[in-house]
Amino acid sequence: MTTKVEFGKDLTGLEGLSSEHITTLLDVAEPFKEISERAIKKVPILRGKTIVNLFYEPSTRTRVSFEFAEKRLSADTVNIAGSSSSIVKGENLVDTARNLEAMRIDMVVIRHGSSGAAQFLAERIPSNVINAGDGQHEHPTQGLLDMLTIRDHTDGIAGRRVCIVGDIVHSRVARSNIWGLLKLGAEVAVCGPPTLVPRGIKELGVHVFKRVEQAIEWADVLNVLRLQLERMKAGYIPSLREYNRFFGVSVARLERAPRDILILHPGPMNRGVEIDSHVADGPHSVILQQVTNGVAVRMAVLYLLAGGSPERAEASKAEGRS
Amino acid sequence: MNRPILLRGGRVIDPSQQLDERLDLLLVDGRVAQAGLALAVPDIAQVLDVAGMVVAPGFVDLHVHLREPGDEHKETIASGARAAVAGGFTSICAMPNTRPPIDDPAAVGFVRAEGERAGFAHVYPVGAVSVGLEGKEMTEIGELVAAGAVAVSDDGRPVWDSGLLRRTMSYINAFDIPYFSHSEDPGLSAGGVMNDGPVSTALGLRGIPNAAEDAAIARDCIIAELTGGQLHILHVATRGAVEIIQAAKTRGVRVTAEVTPHHLTLTDEAVRGYRTEAKMNPPLRSAADVSAVRDALVEGVIDCIATDHAPHHYEDKDREFDDAPFGIVGLETALGVCVKELVVGGRLDLPELISRLACRPAQIAGLPGGKLAEGSPADVVVFDPEERWICRPEEFLSLSRNTPFAGEQLVGRVVMTMVDGRPVFNRLGDREAAPSGVR
Repeated sequence: MTTKVEFGKDLTGLEGLSSEHITTLLDVAEPFKEISERAIKKVPILRGKTIVNLFYEPSTRTRVSFEFAEKRLSADTVNIAGSSSSIVKGENLVDTARNLEAMRIDMVVIRHGSSGAAQFLAERIPSNVINAGDGQHEHPTQGLLDMLTIRDHTDGIAGRRVCIVGDIVHSRVARSNIWGLLKLGAEVAVCGPPTLVPRGIKELGVHVFKRVEQAIEWADVLNVLRLQLERMKAGYIPSLREYNRFFGVSVARLERAPRDILILHPGPMNRGVEIDSHVADGPHSVILQQVTNGVAVRMAVLYLLAGGSPERAEASKAEGRS
Repeated sequence: MNRPILLRGGRVIDPSQQLDERLDLLLVDGRVAQAGLALAVPDIAQVLDVAGMVVAPGFVDLHVHLREPGDEHKETIASGARAAVAGGFTSICAMPNTRPPIDDPAAVGFVRAEGERAGFAHVYPVGAVSVGLEGKEMTEIGELVAAGAVAVSDDGRPVWDSGLLRRTMSYINAFDIPYFSHSEDPGLSAGGVMNDGPVSTALGLRGIPNAAEDAAIARDCIIAELTGGQLHILHVATRGAVEIIQAAKTRGVRVTAEVTPHHLTLTDEAVRGYRTEAKMNPPLRSAADVSAVRDALVEGVIDCIATDHAPHHYEDKDREFDDAPFGIVGLETALGVCVKELVVGGRLDLPELISRLACRPAQIAGLPGGKLAEGSPADVVVFDPEERWICRPEEFLSLSRNTPFAGEQLVGRVVMTMVDGRPVFNRLGDREAAPSGVR
């Protein structure tokens, strides 16, 4: 690596990062991939660090991925779930954080239902704060792992045409992808029912497709978002059946594409709604590689926020071999 | 009775009589006695040198939330009325969305009596349109007026049943009071916490489109036309609303409108960083909207400035953006923001600004203040139009501090306020013999 990139205390989103920051995060993730392939999946990089995974919303994949990343770097971790004691008792976010802080912690990984919650916390406690998804705002590590996966399977992100398909309005994954991909020089589009596409989205610099066929004709990569069942109840779409018929990513639609399209999905999938099983399990799907890459990306984030030097990532990993 | 007061040598501005001259102003027995050059001093009068200062009718705020009864930790009638005079307001209209709401004559009487007991600004109660602010059953509007209400409103919420609004706007004709409308289409604003636009998209916050205001204001104007009732639109914030109000005025509909200092000056960019002190309803809009409401205020399409003073306790605002309440305080910053942005900014001269802060709002609600004609109530503000000062919320007399202007330099500051001829706020110190320029 040639550029010297400084990371701040926190990672609350990709919007505020430069392309150098993002590239560094992806580059640092590379050497960390290998740790998870070892028989003994542990290096001492974060030994002695205490990390709290503070999850106000249910999450399996992201929480487990962070936890593996933390444990494989030898950090001590504690998980607090939204259904647990003090949160249910009505303690507010700041007080919860201050109490954790009082027990001397080093990092907080937070998942919260309100947009801006990660930044709110980051401004109020001295620990590093990592956003694991805040409301409809950002999910930066998901954006990074999506980009790492795209990079792994293409000639690079710059110039790549990536279309995000589905519920854009309510999606933090969409926002993190948009910021990150644009910064790395990709062309980005969104596609979904107009009720689920924000009015001002074009001003962020993305194309908008009304029909999924147009998106498929245009794209090199489709990132297919999960359709939350609540959206149907809230009247954004009339039915799941209709959604699948007009916006579902199906084999029949992909066969008409002028090129092979890489298929991503942040999970968990509604098979038969936004994505057909044959697509999800098909030859161009990289959905499980995304999950694998998620651990490496989160290791990179933890390492860099803890003060690790990008240049020494490979070396510090090697120090872990006993 | 208080001693007579002679304000000597100030720039006396009273747009209601096209007055803008360097004069003395004599206040006797709670009334304006005389304005003139080198007035004789009654023996017992207190003489105050206000050279270099503007002497104007005390400001009139049609739109204030005082939080009492129910949320006295945010503001009381007394603390709000005191904050008002610190900002140069001598009359304020207290909105009825307290807990319980001001929806019966006893509650109206309580607000009125507490206001009188506090002895700062005149506090004029606004009665609820609907019982419990529920938008269903009309309150005893006649009884509310008899008890002292000067207008009716369900502010904080729209009256969304068009039938109820029609009956209300028709019925108020009997009592010659206006309906103060918080115009919002709840189906269009549902769940929103800020302006709907590129900033809300970037922040992942749910947006309230301009259409939520525009559609409701259009409906309200049409019902005002149908009934002949007097409609006053609260806190206009969009360019579309300006066009609708202008069109209604052209047709002769009895409609007036107000705009807040913050909607005249700030855009939704102020929300970035999830700043809850920039969260209010209607939300801060785009630059095009700010420009349109400024033009409308200058041209008179929007009649007056009102603060929508909405105190909240810091711990209610110091939280996740979605969960923080709407509203900011405004009484103590209104003059400084308006002089800086509108007068120094070259959009209005001082008489035009005073007309929009004092004369017009008094006319709209039929209040006795808002002028310095002989015999008018001696409700007077003295302010330094050039003083630059830093907005420090910890110095507010309001019990709440939630302002987006904290730390900003403002221009124009109140030095003294008199209500019924009594000095109720005084930063002048004893200026009887002091030279000018005292801070």
